[in-house]
Amino acid sequence: MRLKLRIWRQKNAQSEGRFVEYNLDGVSEDSSFLEMLDLLNQQLIDRNEEPVHFDHDCREGICGMCGLMINGIAHGPKAAVTTCQLHMREFKDGDTITIEPWRAKAFPVIKDLVVDRSAFDRIIQAGGYISVSTGQAPDANVIPVPKTQADRAMDAAACIGCGACVAACPNGSAMLFTAAKLAHLNSLPQGQPERYDRAVLMVNQMDAEGFGGCTNIGECEAVCPKEISLDFIAMMNRDLLVANLLGKGKR
Amino acid sequence: MSVTTTQTITETPTFVEAPLDGRVPSGPIETLWERTKFEMKLVNPSNRRKFKIIIVGSGLAGASAAATLGEQGYNIECYCYQDSPRRAHSVAAQGGINAAKNYRNDGDSVYRLFYDTVKGGDFRAREANVYRLAEVSNAIIDQCVAQGVPFAREYGGMLDNRSFGGAQVSRTFYARGQTGQQLLLGAYQALARQIAAGTVKMFTRTEMLDLIVVNGRARGIVVRDMRTGEITPRLADVVVLATGGYSNVFYLSTNAKGCNGTAIWRAYKRGAYFANPCFTQIHPTCIPPVGEHQSKLTLMSESLRNDGRIWVPRQPGDTRPPEQIPENERYYYLEEMYPSYGNLSPRDISSRAAKRMVDSGRGVGPLRNGVYLDFADAIKRLGEKVIRDRYGNLFDMYENITGENAYKTPMRIYPAPHYTMGGLWVDYYLMSNIPGLFVIGEANFSDHGANRLGASALMQGLADGYFILPATLPNYIASTKLEKVTEDADAVKEAVDNVKRITERLMNVKGEKSVDHYHRELGKIMWEYCGMSRTAEGLQKALQLIPELEAEFWENVRVTGSANELNQELEKAGRLVDYFELGKLMCLDALNRNESCGGHFREEYQTPDGEALRNDEEYAYVAAWQYAGDDAMPILHKEPLKFEYVKLTTRSYK
Repeated sequence: MRLKLRIWRQKNAQSEGRFVEYNLDGVSEDSSFLEMLDLLNQQLIDRNEEPVHFDHDCREGICGMCGLMINGIAHGPKAAVTTCQLHMREFKDGDTITIEPWRAKAFPVIKDLVVDRSAFDRIIQAGGYISVSTGQAPDANVIPVPKTQADRAMDAAACIGCGACVAACPNGSAMLFTAAKLAHLNSLPQGQPERYDRAVLMVNQMDAEGFGGCTNIGECEAVCPKEISLDFIAMMNRDLLVANLLGKGKR
Repeated sequence: MSVTTTQTITETPTFVEAPLDGRVPSGPIETLWERTKFEMKLVNPSNRRKFKIIIVGSGLAGASAAATLGEQGYNIECYCYQDSPRRAHSVAAQGGINAAKNYRNDGDSVYRLFYDTVKGGDFRAREANVYRLAEVSNAIIDQCVAQGVPFAREYGGMLDNRSFGGAQVSRTFYARGQTGQQLLLGAYQALARQIAAGTVKMFTRTEMLDLIVVNGRARGIVVRDMRTGEITPRLADVVVLATGGYSNVFYLSTNAKGCNGTAIWRAYKRGAYFANPCFTQIHPTCIPPVGEHQSKLTLMSESLRNDGRIWVPRQPGDTRPPEQIPENERYYYLEEMYPSYGNLSPRDISSRAAKRMVDSGRGVGPLRNGVYLDFADAIKRLGEKVIRDRYGNLFDMYENITGENAYKTPMRIYPAPHYTMGGLWVDYYLMSNIPGLFVIGEANFSDHGANRLGASALMQGLADGYFILPATLPNYIASTKLEKVTEDADAVKEAVDNVKRITERLMNVKGEKSVDHYHRELGKIMWEYCGMSRTAEGLQKALQLIPELEAEFWENVRVTGSANELNQELEKAGRLVDYFELGKLMCLDALNRNESCGGHFREEYQTPDGEALRNDEEYAYVAAWQYAGDDAMPILHKEPLKFEYVKLTTRSYK
């Protein structure tokens, strides 16, 4: 395949970025999107130019490290896959592909297509856990968890923290990410003692990081590689409402 | 073909007569750990914050250790190269985690898990460590459930189990096909709680590039901030390496692209012994490579072998599509060769059998480089929905990568490098031979001997991090006088200078070929000569080829950009430098071990039907290598292995 690539290049956080056009020939349909960029980088290195920097690690769709805006869609045209699992057979010979980093106030660009997503870690640190120290646990089968409940928790826990939801949202909102973690922990019996505090603390942190609010557009759900449901945001809002009535979230 | 004379490695490594002591306390194995825990010294809770512990790596082992030691009150610094600790490669483990709960009432016990693991490792692991691993396995499941890990449940709300290779009981706990992810998120969340509590400071996008040893004790590390290129020393009372394995020495492996051996290798060069480097696991069920652009290989969980049947055409060279090959012309080779374990035979055995099939011309797929993993019978028996519930995400991933629908046509699989049983040598307390340097998880030479059983890596990582290290590390602190070390100490300055020197040297080659070019070439050598099967001749050839490639690299590599910014080429180059050296040690170790055991298969040593032939008389030891200088042969230390509980027998799965 022969492609025309328009790629966002930015030296560092301080400098201005711009699109640069590259022609790339000899792309195999069987290669992944990142392998296509590997090929471009190989050619750039051969020409003694700096390769395009992008984040990636496991290349099997689970670590959440990769994430590119491809023709304006987070993780590209195929539903329910990460950028690394997108393969070139989804494109046609002669296509022009525009590649950008995640764009959100809370995700500053570090270089080229690499952004800083540490805000997500701080949301988890605010309350995205169950406070149980090692050694305190009772036998694993002491608390039965109905299968449907465990399955729902797992649906939410499947989030890989890639940030596509934020990048896709016109408001740059992190509601889907935050709601997924809340739904995971708040669906389980183990998560009940801290349920309402957790909702308030995580949402407060989300706001403090500069993420926008949710206006029910649904772009986040549409691009989520793990198909996290918008319903979890409703669950979060309910927990938040109850938490406010109970005066929770003060630690 | 031009003939090159292969120079024979005549120099045999010097070995130290005095046996290496694993410091296993004496006494009956069943009560050893309980007694050791009592006998070890403790640190008063109010004193703990005065001790700084550096933990490198944030996977299952690193994150669980950092969280647990933080909970105890120590002052922790945790480092990872990724942008978040949640991305460590433990996240990619699919199938499950073993524990001896015996919730199935099918005859499991701590002793059986211990037995299966020692046998599965082909009698090359330390019995006392393996027993302890089996013993703490149950507490791991308890802890993870309490953290909210959403393990699979039955309708009554109790935990579900599945079977894995090398066991005849169902002892594997799982969370769909994402067990590693869920366990890692559990540990990551526990870590996040400690970060919020102020006991752990987290440093992301920061890579360890050297170990600081002062007066014989590990006292810190040198790191490079990957965003700015700044190189700084970080000092501590204790250093813990939890940096995973080195399968990426093969270039193509199931590891994440960033996984690397740099931390353990540079610790080796500071004096830590490297144990059993040639023990690598080639996982039987991965998607076969498709072409030159291939950047990594993708694992299809071993759990698929619960329901999938592995076969090839019985007739070599049969190129018909799978559905046109009638039942009686299919060779279900694992079921025929190993009837009692069948498709769930251990990994090393299944991998070698697949290689034999492909080598004999029975390979399938466009490049004839795979075998079938067929779900047709299971779908007929259970229905597509059940199979989708069990493995849906894996089937989706398979389709994304290959473009084929495995509900309709069999998957194609082939073995790929996946895990390294070898690693830094540690004693019973998980401490290396350098006092104050602890090594946990895949980074140590571990409890898996010459072959790891499925669903045991997660178990070991979490056993080390949640339960074992948090008991043994305080004992070191409490029984050691730690003098103050400052950044102006000579050893600190020397280590920083060493890292700067390597960095500058790489930037200054200014050659013509990319880092990846050399890494691919190294990978080809390693796979060809030190992969699934090895010969003395091939290993000697590799020991000639690697230094040639390495020399060319230092003459002609091109590292673009500068050292004072985010520079992914520089990062890769630094890791490759270590892979060249580590690759040589792997070959040397494989050459030294004149036997076949587990994942280490030397063609010269096999039974008439092609099974591994161990030599317990001469090789029932851990080979621990000591660095002796860049141009000198390393020195071999031998830790003899005694089998007092599991009798040394030929491992049979027939």
